[in-house]
Amino acid sequence: MLLQIVQRAAVFVVSLAVATVVVFLFMAVLPGDPARVALGVNATEEAVAATRAAFGTDRSLLVQYVDWVGGLPLGDFGRSYVTQADIGPQVVDRLLVTMWLVLSGMAIALVVAVPLGIAAAVRHRSASGTVISAFSQVGVAVPSFLAGILLVTVFAVRLGWLPSGGWTPPAADPGTFLRQLILPALSLGLVQGAVLTRYVRSAVLDVLREDYLRTARSKGLRPTAALVRHGLRNAAIPVVTVLGLQLATLLVGAVVVERVFVIPGLGSLLLDGVANRDLLLVQGVVIVLVLAVLVVNFLVDVAYTVLDPRLRRAR
Amino acid sequence: MRFRLRPLRAVLTGALLAATAACSAGSTAPGGAAPAAPGAATLTIGLTAEPANLDFTRTDGAAIPEALLVNVYEGLVKIDQATGEVVPALAEKWTVSPDGLTYDFTLRQGVTFSNGEPFTADDVKFSIERVKSADWTISLKEGMSVVSSVEVVSPTQARVVLSQPSNNWLFRMTTRIGAMFDPSGVADLANKPVGTGPYEVTAFRRGDGIDLTARQNYWGQKPAISKATLRYFKDATATTNALLTGGIDVIGTVQSPESLAQFTNDPRFQVIEGTTNGEVTLAMNNAAGPTSDVRVRRAIAMAIDHKAVLDTAWAGRGALIDTMVPPTDPWFEPLPDVTPYNPEAAKALLAEAGQPAPKLRFRIANLPYAVAAAQVVQSQLKAVGIDAQIEPMEFPARWLEQVFKGADYDLSIVAHVEPRDIRTFGTPTYYWRYDNKQVQELLTKADSGPAAEQDATMKQVGRLIAEDAAADWLFLLPNLIVAETDVKGLPKNRIGESLELTTLSRG
Repeated sequence: MLLQIVQRAAVFVVSLAVATVVVFLFMAVLPGDPARVALGVNATEEAVAATRAAFGTDRSLLVQYVDWVGGLPLGDFGRSYVTQADIGPQVVDRLLVTMWLVLSGMAIALVVAVPLGIAAAVRHRSASGTVISAFSQVGVAVPSFLAGILLVTVFAVRLGWLPSGGWTPPAADPGTFLRQLILPALSLGLVQGAVLTRYVRSAVLDVLREDYLRTARSKGLRPTAALVRHGLRNAAIPVVTVLGLQLATLLVGAVVVERVFVIPGLGSLLLDGVANRDLLLVQGVVIVLVLAVLVVNFLVDVAYTVLDPRLRRAR
Repeated sequence: MRFRLRPLRAVLTGALLAATAACSAGSTAPGGAAPAAPGAATLTIGLTAEPANLDFTRTDGAAIPEALLVNVYEGLVKIDQATGEVVPALAEKWTVSPDGLTYDFTLRQGVTFSNGEPFTADDVKFSIERVKSADWTISLKEGMSVVSSVEVVSPTQARVVLSQPSNNWLFRMTTRIGAMFDPSGVADLANKPVGTGPYEVTAFRRGDGIDLTARQNYWGQKPAISKATLRYFKDATATTNALLTGGIDVIGTVQSPESLAQFTNDPRFQVIEGTTNGEVTLAMNNAAGPTSDVRVRRAIAMAIDHKAVLDTAWAGRGALIDTMVPPTDPWFEPLPDVTPYNPEAAKALLAEAGQPAPKLRFRIANLPYAVAAAQVVQSQLKAVGIDAQIEPMEFPARWLEQVFKGADYDLSIVAHVEPRDIRTFGTPTYYWRYDNKQVQELLTKADSGPAAEQDATMKQVGRLIAEDAAADWLFLLPNLIVAETDVKGLPKNRIGESLELTTLSRG
């Protein structure tokens, strides 16, 4: 068990280290000079050179890399070229916003997908099961930004029930916060829910065909009880894998949805950073995203061992 | 076998009920973000380009002065939004010596910065000299290079001495380089601006907006809007939706003119249409490639049906201009006969130049107006035999590096939004790579010659660059504002760099 943890930790650290190199190199080859973008069209070469020195982008790539990576373990992401403020707190601020979106989207996806997926599996021969499958198929085909635009058109513009966008921190005004969260969370959650429904359905279908479920039924358990007690836990394993992948998808989807709903999350920070060639900021955001995905993967691994005792012994 | 899952049905029903409840909970409070209580003069304006930070001394771009100039920072003088003239701001009055070199400014008394410090002639000296120092890095600082010294005559008297007469200098003092700073207020300009203006920045939420709150101890008339919120939208549809749902009261810059139709006949809204300084310019490389031949450039200018470009690219909103001069500049002059639309004449010119079918690299900024206009221009050029290959480039970073800095292009499209940017045709290293001694001499003469002759000289410049087809001017971006009907005082034309809030009111 201890060896496993050490192995896992090593993989984690190496992945992160490789990610820092890749991210840094991508930023280094990105065309466009941060100093020139800051100074504008008529800037003289001397002014651009001076600003380059102020930004530190005139140093060798290796020095810049070491300088940047050296600060990371201490939570020091450096100072933004553009905002002249420390990057760490900015990223944390935006991450909190995006976390609300991703987690509420995930919650909606689960609330939609688990019951619908089970129902679709259990009734896969009946009309209602087919209808659920069809709807989830449609949902899979709709990108979340389109869902967002449609939801805004109906619920904000036509009906006037909810605001069309914007963001209020929950501490400042919980009511407004919730009202502004509903539509973006739904655009992320419904689409992911549709995808997840299909996975839940097929996982449950597989389980329903298993011998042990027939055994459970034959020892006198009612179908519902058999599925709940013996089936769902087994069906959960593939679903958890997909959930982990979906969290990463949601993070990416949030980037687009943030734009549609004018939400100051990690996505808009990333896009602005790229446009302004605020390279350190972009590196910081990407590393945080990488970290988030690695953590999710780690948690998924842990979830396996909790769900499936066989995996604990097998290792 | 058939499973019966009653608990599931209950869960589903519950979920549906919860969803319905969430929706009807929303319906009890109509509209978007809480609308302002009647009487409380607040205003939320939706804009496009968000300031990267709040420091226009070190970061270029129109977004920072748009929000802060006149509203937070004031200069000695400012542009009158109605007439376009230079009028007093922090200077009550001024005199110019007969040789045009010495400006004596009499300052207003009782003016304070938002940090409580008084505004005096020392601050004038500090601010102007700071522009000339390394503390200012943006290229516009060059406008202050004509100043040779600043003297503090008394706390309310400041004297500025120029190294040569300049008719442009006082106008430039209305732009961001004329902003007055307090020596104790420049520590963190990127986040905490300190000015003498009627508003101060009370919140800067990156990725969302800026709150400007009226100052209690402002020297002049208190603005009618006590709190203005500028909100930034990257997406045109999101802006439109925000206005329709009450999230904002004004769209300050309409980015999708085709969306105007839904507002024009709606009694809740007013549409304001005027002009800006934004010339959407088809740049042509004057120094390299096929376009270095004036006949090819003139052929391109004559092959383009500018009305069709405007109709397609910007829904017909905007003005057609014949040279780098918007109608609000004092030396504006229509020049319809210089390069009129005439595809046959264009073909003849190309044949005369010995280039009947030139192949051109059309490297444009990847901005909506540029992409839309480029496609029309491309098909019109094709009709006269020119093969223009469109290559959209990420703006600003990549476009700046390749097209602007390297002049590695044949044709390009970008909007030039700075006031009076016709001067760029006097700089041979500018990316037009236009080197015409006569134009350079005329520009110098217009600036340092007698003020009375400035307009006539500038008209000559305008005509010369049009005759040389130093560039082609596709259209002038319109000032398009959509606002709720009770918002008053919105500017018809956008002249200066600022979105002036002091003229606005409601009711």
